[in-house]
Amino acid sequence: MQAFMTLRIALRALARNKLRAFLTMLGIIIGVGAVIAMVAIGEGAKSTIRAQIAALGTNVLIVLPGSNVQGGVRAGFGNVNTLLDSDAKAMARELPSVAFVSPVLRRQDQVVAGNLNWGTWAQGVAPEFQQIRDWQVAEGRFLHEGDMDSAAKVAVIGQTVARQLFGNDDALDAVIRIRNIPFRVVGILGAKGQTGQGTDQDDTIMIPYTTMQKRLMRITWVQSIVVKAVSAERVEEAEEQITLLLRQRHRIGPEREDDFNVRNLSDIAEAATTTARVMAVLLGSVASISLLVGGIGIMNIMLVSVTERTREIGIRMAVGARSRDIMLQFLVEAVVMAATGGLIGILLGVGSSEVIKQWAQWPTLIDPAIIAIAFLFSGAVGVFFGFYPAKKAANLDPIDALRYE
Amino acid sequence: MSELIRVEDVHKTYRMGDVEVPALRGINLTIEHGEFVAVMGSSGSGKSTLMNILGCLDRPNTGKYFLEGHEVGSLKPDQWAYIRNKRIGFVFQGFNLLSRTTALENVELPMMYNGFAGQERHQRAIEVLSLVGLDKRLDHTPNQLSGGQQQRVAIARALVNRPSLILADEPTGNLDSATSNEIMALFQQLNTGQGITIILVTHEADIAAYARRQIIFRDGLVISDRVSEQVIAKMEH
Repeated sequence: MQAFMTLRIALRALARNKLRAFLTMLGIIIGVGAVIAMVAIGEGAKSTIRAQIAALGTNVLIVLPGSNVQGGVRAGFGNVNTLLDSDAKAMARELPSVAFVSPVLRRQDQVVAGNLNWGTWAQGVAPEFQQIRDWQVAEGRFLHEGDMDSAAKVAVIGQTVARQLFGNDDALDAVIRIRNIPFRVVGILGAKGQTGQGTDQDDTIMIPYTTMQKRLMRITWVQSIVVKAVSAERVEEAEEQITLLLRQRHRIGPEREDDFNVRNLSDIAEAATTTARVMAVLLGSVASISLLVGGIGIMNIMLVSVTERTREIGIRMAVGARSRDIMLQFLVEAVVMAATGGLIGILLGVGSSEVIKQWAQWPTLIDPAIIAIAFLFSGAVGVFFGFYPAKKAANLDPIDALRYE
Repeated sequence: MSELIRVEDVHKTYRMGDVEVPALRGINLTIEHGEFVAVMGSSGSGKSTLMNILGCLDRPNTGKYFLEGHEVGSLKPDQWAYIRNKRIGFVFQGFNLLSRTTALENVELPMMYNGFAGQERHQRAIEVLSLVGLDKRLDHTPNQLSGGQQQRVAIARALVNRPSLILADEPTGNLDSATSNEIMALFQQLNTGQGITIILVTHEADIAAYARRQIIFRDGLVISDRVSEQVIAKMEH
């Protein structure tokens, strides 16, 4: 029997019990829809994390001052002033696994230009900071070594700051004031956009760290040191070398705790990615179970259908249908139900992931491969769960089937 | 006339739990092309079992069944399906039409299993429905048709692949006597007009009287096989 005719017979049989067919399909619809939506949510989370990692700069370590122990009271990190810019210089000089090093000092300040002012984060950094964080310079230049040595009153400003203070006017070579100290704008950074948490990375202003130390903060230490390792493979090596070097420089005895802390950003990023992946797998497998349940629903209804239509099967056999014609008829029916359910489920899944994106502000990402897999899988569910009922129909004895009431 | 059916020493025993029930106990039978045979007997006499074997629906335990010279009793199920499709037309007591399916589609059904193209199938189905006088009822479903009309659709379905043999199992069992006579007249007309061999199972003597040859079963054996000279005349008009 031709494929087209088999399909027509199957469609007609389903059309006779529209509500039943729909309810049967519902299991698959929900299953496929859930798989697609869940995977989209998981993938979205993963890509967000990946973007965050890229924003942090790759292969980056952050060295923070350690906690202060006084009479058994342990304060949090960053409470002692143990890190110096000479530590940063030593790392750059002595450690082969380290590519770039920059001290970092941050404070929130009100920046004034003409009659406008804007509150933003001022960062005191070294020229290497550009390579560590992968900053582009849109106009002018970045800070250079000469600025460090002279504690020059120069600044490189982010796109947001430039827009807030200068609008469409040219900011280059303009003068801005931080705590009444005039800084000349020598460069404007390229746009980086928001981080995953929604922090505007362009809302910043960078000045030489020496200027920050001497003119703004009046301190001799640094708040943190950011380090870029030579390669991803050597991040851990760099971590170890930094620890050794700093213990030595800070003269920490063998049994004493570090007075600094080295944080590996790629570890954090990796953990986050793993979490996202685990979540995607978990959500996906829960959704797959509902697909399985949908398949069982199809099998159930097909078994009912075979029993109900025993006489029809007998008639078809009497007029010349072979076992495989009967088998194919019921199998096609199951597959049509599963595949139709799959298609509707795909629409539902794509639709709901769009809704989640729009209303819950959760980034979702739909991989076309997932759609293809979901569709093929729902078809496979139809074949798998339709097989037994179809086989049962095909194995009926025509005499018994004709006599069936 | 040439030989259509030859049954040689056919035995059939059914097993009901532990009990063996003999249904056929050595049947020998020859039926020629163009015969009109009525098979009679009380229930349990073995006539239905014989019909199942003749219809390639059931297998004898021992013995041979030749259809048009070929031994078919021991063929495989798919080969049987082919024979049922091409050589045999079935007419049942309960009509056995597909419900919610039009007369035309019911008649087309056997042709769906042997690769007729759509247009050809349509033409042929209309042709046989006209032959049984239902060319005005093509789009009616079984529940829109009377019992007699339903049986005509079933007969049209049996005829559609031009079989050499029609097996009718109590075809008038569900019909009133007037309609029964119409149906029997149709069978007679097909037998004499088209030369189709008809084997009819009935337990009513007046229905059997339409057939030229009457075979009577009892306890799995043929106890009477006679050709009557007086056959009820085909209705004129």
